[in-house]
Amino acid sequence: MMFVKAFVVGGLLCAIGELLILKTKLTPARILVGYVTGGVVLGALGVYKPLVEWAGAGATVPLTGFGYALAKGAMDGVAESGLLGAFTGGITATAGGVAAAIFFGYLCAVIFKPKTKT
Amino acid sequence: MNSWKTKRQLDIERRYQTLVERFTPNHSLAMNIARAFLWGGAICTLGQCVSEIGKVYLGLDQAGTSAFTAIVMVFLGAFLTGIGQYDRIGKHAGAGSIVPITGFANSIVSAAMEFRREGLVLGIGARMFIIAGPVLVYGVGASVIVGLAAYVVSLF
Repeated sequence: MMFVKAFVVGGLLCAIGELLILKTKLTPARILVGYVTGGVVLGALGVYKPLVEWAGAGATVPLTGFGYALAKGAMDGVAESGLLGAFTGGITATAGGVAAAIFFGYLCAVIFKPKTKT
Repeated sequence: MNSWKTKRQLDIERRYQTLVERFTPNHSLAMNIARAFLWGGAICTLGQCVSEIGKVYLGLDQAGTSAFTAIVMVFLGAFLTGIGQYDRIGKHAGAGSIVPITGFANSIVSAAMEFRREGLVLGIGARMFIIAGPVLVYGVGASVIVGLAAYVVSLF
């Protein structure tokens, strides 16, 4: 059942992105920035958490989930270590994904040769 | 506006416009959105599988599971981009391949590969963040603001 929920919610978030690209001429880069920032705002307002609990990866895998993790990390950080947590919390919570993106990104760019575009 | 145009010219333009609208395939919008939904849903379902593996088989806690899922999905996105398959998916999936975190990895690898000839430092090292950089700037920046706001609220 969790898989169906993840499929539907994840699919809907992507469908909204596609609608935005087609209807507003927003570039993919702006969509990504908008999704992350939107995720931070929704996370801070406490709106996104129920979606994560309901749909699992359907809510965490899209970039709004990355924004949610940043906001949650910052708020948890403040609850644990005060003002310092506002700065350390967000990146601490998302460290795995960011480090993996840098490491695997670099590795893949060095190993693989770009294919000629067909 | 356009006072120099005769009524007839305007009429022709209006008819041309309706003709263009009629012949532009209007199923493409629905089709594109359906494709984005299916691919995006499929990628998130895969993410759910990875997360179940982390939770059930590796016995990770909640924070560990989400980190594990992010790392594996980022790896898959980067690897598929490296072997040239992610862009093929992207042609069908549109936002379905951009919005998931695999798309974040894709933006890093494809930019890094494109600027590889400019060197390891200013080519790959700098250009890999051409799209991912703004995402981190706005994401992390917004999270600090949220943290500061939470701190202020906690004082009262």
